[in-house]
Amino acid sequence: MDALAEWFRTLYETTGVNLTIVYDAYDRQRFVSGLGMTIYLSTASVLISIVIGAVGAWAQGSPLRLLRGLVNGFVVVFRNTPPLVQIFFFYFGLSPLLPYVEDMDGMRAPLFSNVQWAIISLSLFAGAFNVEIFRSGIEAVPRSTIEAVESLGYGRLGVYLHVVLPLALRVCLPALNNNLVNLLKTTTLAYAIAVPETLYVSKQIWTDSQNVPTMMIVLLLVYVGLVGVLVWIMHRWERRLAIPGYGQGAAR
Amino acid sequence: MGADALTSPASPAATGWTPDQPIVSIRDVRKSFGAVEVLKGVSFDVRKGEVICVIGPSGSGKSTLIRCVNALVGIDSGSITVAGREVNDPKLDKLALRRTVGMVFQQYNLFPHRTALQNVMMAPVQVLKQDKREVEARARALLAKVRLSGKEDAYPGELSGGQQQRVAIARSLAMRPEVMLFDEVTAALDPETVKEVLVTIRELAEEGMTCILVTHEMGFARSLADHIYFTDRGVIVEHGPPAEFFAAPKDERTRAFLGQIL
Repeated sequence: MDALAEWFRTLYETTGVNLTIVYDAYDRQRFVSGLGMTIYLSTASVLISIVIGAVGAWAQGSPLRLLRGLVNGFVVVFRNTPPLVQIFFFYFGLSPLLPYVEDMDGMRAPLFSNVQWAIISLSLFAGAFNVEIFRSGIEAVPRSTIEAVESLGYGRLGVYLHVVLPLALRVCLPALNNNLVNLLKTTTLAYAIAVPETLYVSKQIWTDSQNVPTMMIVLLLVYVGLVGVLVWIMHRWERRLAIPGYGQGAAR
Repeated sequence: MGADALTSPASPAATGWTPDQPIVSIRDVRKSFGAVEVLKGVSFDVRKGEVICVIGPSGSGKSTLIRCVNALVGIDSGSITVAGREVNDPKLDKLALRRTVGMVFQQYNLFPHRTALQNVMMAPVQVLKQDKREVEARARALLAKVRLSGKEDAYPGELSGGQQQRVAIARSLAMRPEVMLFDEVTAALDPETVKEVLVTIRELAEEGMTCILVTHEMGFARSLADHIYFTDRGVIVEHGPPAEFFAAPKDERTRAFLGQIL
């Protein structure tokens, strides 16, 4: 480890490429925890936004006009406003209006931390798009298939959960994939409310270590890698869901 | 297969229906889609074990008629009872109705993401909450009955049209219905596979299943049906036992239709 650190120190002295995140223990620890926070934000908001999309798209088909109206209103608000404005709205606008709680030390603390607000607003932002993405998939399920499920005695929820959603998911996965990639990249906006994610810790590192150009390249490569992993997972999911003799699965 | 008799939705305890009454009774049913009146007062009865064929030109309302029987389409006025249960009742127990009435469609409508066996098992397990192992044994037996042993693990996309349609029949039978509705089930099949589906339906009818078929297979209707109904423009123009109906159609429209099709 020491030899490796020494090599990176020499690299800096000879080329100017200053990777303190490799040879400096403190920077390394900060960077790794920032990466961990990005992965945490992404995973949580990806999962929650998928649930929002699936539930919202179901509610859009509800016989209750009020419920349909609420979902449509939600989609309009969260699709038509910038995600950074949404994060500020929650953190600076809504949070102070909510009741405060006592933290472990008996101090007055807000109901949700900045990390939790980031997850909430990112999930709602991506969820609004996911509702529309799931809807496109649902509309691709033939009416006659739904009639067949109904005639087997399924209720509305059963039809949705057992047949419509599984089929819709397969249709809308490519679009969902795109939106989730966007979501992962949008987690960098949590920087603005001091969530110590990758961009935030990188800024701390480049301020302290004066290695701005190096960190910029590191950031780009880190996000290429993170999105690469997400895309890989989504493609594996897509392959697992492929149906023999149907759509993409027909070629296999 | 009789073990479920106590909980059968058609049991007299549930609805007051007794087997000496018609199992399906249709009275003066009217239905409009927008300004178009598709059914203009249709009435007939089906007794338990009977096979009824509804024939007629396309657009005559025959598919709508059988869709009304299991409440896929609501009716505007009139009455339909199935085993004593009024279908045109806002408080209708749709699950009980759809347990009693099985339906097979022109486009098979199998669930493409599930294997043949899973297609047959899904509703009894998920809707009726029956024991999975018992349902699986029944589903395998039903697939064997429709001559699809060995295809249990095939997905619908890997089966021919005729095979898919037989899976669809098995899927309906797994709910142990009292009445089966067949909505032009061979219309989307190529001529060679029509026969394998018709053989399956014939066996079912011969076992005593009550069947209502909308069909264009005149030879099949003639040899299998107990009674033929000919519909045109939303009314029953003529009906009778097949021997009479085909030999001596009385109405001009029936004669014109049969002349075209035979």
